[in-house]
Amino acid sequence: MTSESKSPILVVENLRTVFHTPRGDVRAVDGVSFELRPGETLGLVGESGSGKSVLGRTVMGLISNDARTTVTGKVTLGGVDVHGVKRAVRRKLWGTEVAMVFQDPMTSLNPVKRIGTHLTETLRFHLRCTRKEAEERAVELLTQVGIPEPKRRMRQYPHEMSGGMRQRVVIAMALACDPRLLIADEPTTALDVTVQKQILDLLGNLTTERDMATVLVSHDLGAVAGRTDRVQVMYAGRTVEQGRTSEVFAAPTHPYTDALLASIPQIENAPHSLLRAIEGNPPDMANPPGGCRFAPRCGYADTTCTSDLPLLQPLAGPGRSVACHHPLLAGAAPVGSEHTHGR
Amino acid sequence: MPEPDINHTGDPVDAPVPAAAAGTALLDPGEETAAKPRVSRRTQLLVGAPMLVGGLALAGFAATTALLITLAKVLLLVVGLLVAMNGLGRIAEAVRGKSVDIVFVLGMTWLTVLIGLAVLAPLLPLGNHNDATQGLYAPIFAEPELGSEYPLGTNNYGLDMLARAIYGARTSLVVSLFAILIGTTVGGLIGMVAGFLRGATDRVVGILANALLAVPPLVLLIALGTVLSPNLRNLSIALSLLTIPSMVRVARANTITFAQREFVLAAQAIGATRMRLLRKELLPNVVLPVASMGVVMVSMLIVAEASLSYLGLGIRAPEPTWGNMIAEGEGGVMEAHPFIVIVPGLCLFLTVFSFNLLGEKVQKRWDPRSAKL
Amino acid sequence: MLRQFVLRVLELLAVLLLVSFGVFALLSLVPGDPAVAVLGEGREPSEYAALRDEMGLNDPFFTRYFDWFGGVLHGDLGSSLIPPVVPVWDRLVAAMPVSLELAGLGLLIALVVSVPLAMWSAYNEGGRIDRAIGAFTFGLLSLPSFLVGLVLIAVLVNSMGWFPRTGWVRITDDFGGNLSHVFLPALTIALMEMAMFTRILRNDLVTTLNEDFILAARAKGMPPLRIMVSDALRPSSFSLVTILGLSIGRLVGSTVIVEYLFSLPGMGRLVIEAASTGNYPMVQGAVLLIAVVYVLSSALIDLSYGYLDPRTRRARA
Ligand SMILES: Nc1ncnc2c1ncn2[C@@H]1O[C@H](COP(=O)(O)OP(=O)(O)OP(=O)(O)O)[C@@H](O)[C@H]1O
Ligand SMILES: [Mg+2]
Repeated sequence: MTSESKSPILVVENLRTVFHTPRGDVRAVDGVSFELRPGETLGLVGESGSGKSVLGRTVMGLISNDARTTVTGKVTLGGVDVHGVKRAVRRKLWGTEVAMVFQDPMTSLNPVKRIGTHLTETLRFHLRCTRKEAEERAVELLTQVGIPEPKRRMRQYPHEMSGGMRQRVVIAMALACDPRLLIADEPTTALDVTVQKQILDLLGNLTTERDMATVLVSHDLGAVAGRTDRVQVMYAGRTVEQGRTSEVFAAPTHPYTDALLASIPQIENAPHSLLRAIEGNPPDMANPPGGCRFAPRCGYADTTCTSDLPLLQPLAGPGRSVACHHPLLAGAAPVGSEHTHGR
Repeated sequence: MPEPDINHTGDPVDAPVPAAAAGTALLDPGEETAAKPRVSRRTQLLVGAPMLVGGLALAGFAATTALLITLAKVLLLVVGLLVAMNGLGRIAEAVRGKSVDIVFVLGMTWLTVLIGLAVLAPLLPLGNHNDATQGLYAPIFAEPELGSEYPLGTNNYGLDMLARAIYGARTSLVVSLFAILIGTTVGGLIGMVAGFLRGATDRVVGILANALLAVPPLVLLIALGTVLSPNLRNLSIALSLLTIPSMVRVARANTITFAQREFVLAAQAIGATRMRLLRKELLPNVVLPVASMGVVMVSMLIVAEASLSYLGLGIRAPEPTWGNMIAEGEGGVMEAHPFIVIVPGLCLFLTVFSFNLLGEKVQKRWDPRSAKL
Repeated sequence: MLRQFVLRVLELLAVLLLVSFGVFALLSLVPGDPAVAVLGEGREPSEYAALRDEMGLNDPFFTRYFDWFGGVLHGDLGSSLIPPVVPVWDRLVAAMPVSLELAGLGLLIALVVSVPLAMWSAYNEGGRIDRAIGAFTFGLLSLPSFLVGLVLIAVLVNSMGWFPRTGWVRITDDFGGNLSHVFLPALTIALMEMAMFTRILRNDLVTTLNEDFILAARAKGMPPLRIMVSDALRPSSFSLVTILGLSIGRLVGSTVIVEYLFSLPGMGRLVIEAASTGNYPMVQGAVLLIAVVYVLSSALIDLSYGYLDPRTRRARA
């Protein structure tokens, strides 16, 4: 892959985000590291509450050290130490170096602003261009994201558009100033299944055209499958498994990844076959279990798992690693045969 | 916790994750505060004590000195009291081991003391509060002096300010609390019936309530004051009129929401009569929001009563109320003898402030929905 | 849309009719004899009886009400019982501008101060500044307006001598003089309203600032002040408009008190004087006028609310 020869645009080293809440410290991101090169796409997968959004926002610097939050570790974005510079410097990166597409297009557009304003204000602020130039560029952008009649749409308010259309606007907004890195935080979760694929394909095409690096966040392994080069599986704020997407899919080694994969609906399955959901709930992040975070829900767990925190260990394969005391190998049986990690 | 050094991916390389904290977090999580790690109790105590003493000293100096102009005095007094309060808060925190809402504690203390004094007033060895002929034998405009016969001074009739302030509290509290009682009962019932029956009844009640709201509260009171002779009963009734529209609204809204809940529908399905539904199913659910609205409105009524008597349309002097006591400061009296205004003014402020604190807390606890507005 | 509008207007009329009826009914209960109030004590009983007849006091209640109401519709509110015996309407017309100027200026000061204060507070949510502003406004809300006025008088008039204590100069006579007389009373009114507006707007802004679209605006690299003004303030300003509507009642109340406190010749002082002398036609007229102005301005604010918010605007159209 050619992208591996380029120098990384994003380096995340041992990032931690802790929220100090009345209930105690919530360790939403707990020591995550990765790199991303131009043109590369990374999938970030995990259940709801596993810290994906917080990770994405901390990487951008939207979440940073303040009265109620502690961020440690290092994020280097286009050569800038995101959390080491002043707010104003950090802000200069937003929109131009890095941009974000949010989870819910229903709430990520200002209800009292016209669609056109959403786009032109960004353009005029960053590119310092005239109103007319900005408007032309905005129409162009709306056309690129596949919105029919862009001129008319510019004058509409968000509530006059469908969810899919709004998400296209959000994407256009993110791409307005040609950022080099795009963080798409579950861009399709709030949309109809039929629209989901369209939006994901659109994102894929646009980022390839522009040779952008992309982080695609999802709780759905299926969405990530054909669209990312590498994938990182998160559980309770920690990376549990990472590697080439194809390899992780072909042979998951962490019981959690395995369980996630098993819960994707497969077309070849019989129409009414049971989907395997993962039993139990994600841990309370203010008070996570000692040892492996997944141990309480894991069919393979033993006493080591409940006492020692597993660290990422390299496996065969480029960049492949897993944080598990008992990684799955082909044909391995769960400890205590009556327990299975699935249903 | 073992942290083997075999990661090549650069995962946790720095100090061990204090994940062990998970094991120690047996403390009640509700007792922790949201702030980043706080200072120790010892420091709190060491900082708090001098702040309390220094603040009080500053306030005392500001209150008694003759050196400064009024503005500077007032500022200094306020700063001193704030510092003292902060110090007291720190001490309380150090003693109890968790953060204490010291303002709330002080406010409730004030209310308790005030209500106690107001209730016991006739039994207390208080000075002359309303007998102007007896006042002829007392000094007029005696300056406040703690420990003297007139700790808070006397007014222009030689009446004792402390006694008047306490009897003023009595009037204020009796009138407002009775008004709230009438308002919550009448307004609550009307609102419940309107919300339960809906239709024409609801619309008529709505228009009546709007008509009552169409006259601004104080103007309504003044209009009533033209007609009614100002005594405790009439004032309570007049003030209760101010609360009724709000009570109707709260009771009605809550009745409507609860009437659609499953348990009410279920009761209806098994053939409960309307009366029974209202009494057994709806009333218990409507009482709390209405009562919390009542607590919230107490302070408004105290202010209204004080305003009315300040304007000379409420209880008339020499019978004391805080409002007519403040009105005694008119015509240059306030300039010559500031305490004539300061004593009742401070009582009024502290009481309204404390009731506001209480109202806020109660509303958060009992009726979180409307607390947001 | 049209149906709703008509219903709303009808309800408004019903409310006003009820108010007029209530005002009339209430004040026909005035204790004592109006004839005595007009003529003074110690006349022949026949004189009182003749006057009562002339004033229509012997007619049935509803006849009197409709007579009065008919007059009201023609701007005839009767005349003052107490000398100077002039038409009530004339007195009201003379007093109204004073009150309106006072209330308007108070509202303006309150808005000008509270909007930036609320933004500052919300921007520092949970921080020192936020808490300080919160405590300050909470304290202010616990001060009745006459106490605020007295404190301001003690400090700014007696101690500093910056403003005149009482009196009024009409704005048409001398603008500067008018301003120096109106400023302190208006400030007194403004402080209360300001505290209320600041608290409500601040809470609303905090909610708005936690919305996704604010995060999205931040992620686009927009500077904080700009986000505050162009993204957060606009959606929040609708609730400010609502609050404005709700606060007018209190505003009228504090205007009345402040006029009394500073001896300004407005509606408030008029009505207080009339109330304490039992001059009931004056009270009737003033209360009715205040109610009409109040109800109409609340309705207007309601309407503008619907118009300002594009969501409801479009939904109605
Ligand atoms: N500002 C905050 N203060 C306290 N806790 C927070 C805050 N933001 C997020 N969290 C907590 O951090 C954890 C991770 O949240 P996050 O939103 O990143 O999950 P997610 O993986 O994006 O889930 P989803 O799929 O639902 O979007 C959750 O437990 C959440 O409650
Ligand atoms: Mg998320």
